[in-house]
Amino acid sequence: MLRILIYPIHIFIHFFEGLAEYVLLMTKMFRSVKSWNLYLGFTADQMVNIGAQSIPIVMLTSLFSGMVTSVQAAYQFESGFVPTWFVGSIVGESVLLELAPMITGLVMTGKIGATITAEIGTMRVTEQIDALESLSFDPVSFLIMPRVLAAAIMFPILVIVADFCGILGGLFAAQHAMDVSAQEFIRGLRTWFRPWDAWFGLIKGIFFGIAITSIASYKGFTTEGGAEGVGKSTTSTVVISCMVIVLLDYILAEIFL
Amino acid sequence: MINVKELYKSFEKKDVLKGISFKINHGESVAIIGKSGIGKSVLLKHLIGLIQPDSGEVWVEEKLVNTLSFTQLQSVRAQCGMVFQFGALFDSMSVEENIGLALSKLSEMNKEEVTQQISKSLAEVGMENSEKLMPSSLSGGMKKRVGIARAIAIKPKYLLYDEPTTGLDPVMTDSINRLISKIHKQEDVTSIMVTHELRTVFEVAERVIMIHDGKIKFDGTPEQIKLSNDIVVQQFISGNSTLLETEA
Repeated sequence: MLRILIYPIHIFIHFFEGLAEYVLLMTKMFRSVKSWNLYLGFTADQMVNIGAQSIPIVMLTSLFSGMVTSVQAAYQFESGFVPTWFVGSIVGESVLLELAPMITGLVMTGKIGATITAEIGTMRVTEQIDALESLSFDPVSFLIMPRVLAAAIMFPILVIVADFCGILGGLFAAQHAMDVSAQEFIRGLRTWFRPWDAWFGLIKGIFFGIAITSIASYKGFTTEGGAEGVGKSTTSTVVISCMVIVLLDYILAEIFL
Repeated sequence: MINVKELYKSFEKKDVLKGISFKINHGESVAIIGKSGIGKSVLLKHLIGLIQPDSGEVWVEEKLVNTLSFTQLQSVRAQCGMVFQFGALFDSMSVEENIGLALSKLSEMNKEEVTQQISKSLAEVGMENSEKLMPSSLSGGMKKRVGIARAIAIKPKYLLYDEPTTGLDPVMTDSINRLISKIHKQEDVTSIMVTHELRTVFEVAERVIMIHDGKIKFDGTPEQIKLSNDIVVQQFISGNSTLLETEA
């Protein structure tokens, strides 16, 4: 009985301990930003890993999400009360405001978040991080800062790619599902387009990028217990990052919209 | 000289080190032995500030390691080469880059000198022409050799070995033991190795420190430990798990 009562308290304490550790690690990382030029090569490598190598999967997922939005809009417009060219505005606003940054964030959680945790976690359990430190390298500057910096730079670029592909997918599906011409689709797109919506998507991209890579790095950095520990940390990264992205999405919408 | 004074360390509720004190003079070859999980590696990591003690002091030369900042620790770490249990080579880097990384941070050599030093270190451990190999293509013994090459490349005054022969076959164990002895004599370094391999202790060490229950149980020469009457020491030396039960 006592155990049942203590368990939530234990979870509560564990959560705040983890949060404090994360904040401390991030403080260390932000302090090391001033030495970014020392790790420029590693940051460039990470920009390729996080950004360039993720473009195909981002293109594919955003293309289909744009297509689905178009098809679902067509389904809603069956009543005939709404002009079909409105589909361009629905796809445009949905993709720019929500789908492109959100889908990119979730896909990257699985691809980049899990990879970073597995990499850093393996380095932790095989003493590579201790070895780095014994060679006088600050592991936070060496391992975490380049990844977070690279994500902050590359995520908005991925969101732009997702924006284009999402809208392109929407256009393609609108032409087939509703017989909406490209001109009509673009008319709808332009009618309700506000530049701020596109900027907001990019801002979300920066926040999502920093959140995913910092959580993944923290989880990797605090990995314990060999291969099993790496597996647990990786799973935990994906779960926590997804939750944080959804939470951030709401908070940013409240602040900026 | 390394001077450890009243070192205490615990993890969560487990007391690992309970007041360890010893001095290691320059040029000594010391083996720190004890059962698995007794805190030998933890003790070794204290010497270069990878772990902070709960209390006590770790002095390397004139520096109190456990009070130094990260930047101040660099001068201590530049004097200490550490060989990790499984090599701890950076997976994403070639052998050359692994050693070069150490040199780029802890030496003031130019590019040409770094290349020469890498080749020299690899030749010293019998790994000539392996500069371009990746750690994933190396065997356990080769990884340890490259780990040793990385440690000696910075020309340290102290070489710290964490289980240098664990998991190796007898031939490779002998080869690594000979290598440690050779480096100890040639490079005029102080060697400190953590091990539970008695063969390594008797072949390489001039002094043995045995840790038991968080404290020093024995400190003497390999010959003295063989003659020790202490039942815990005897049990470890003989490898007889029933010795303590029989005594009780």
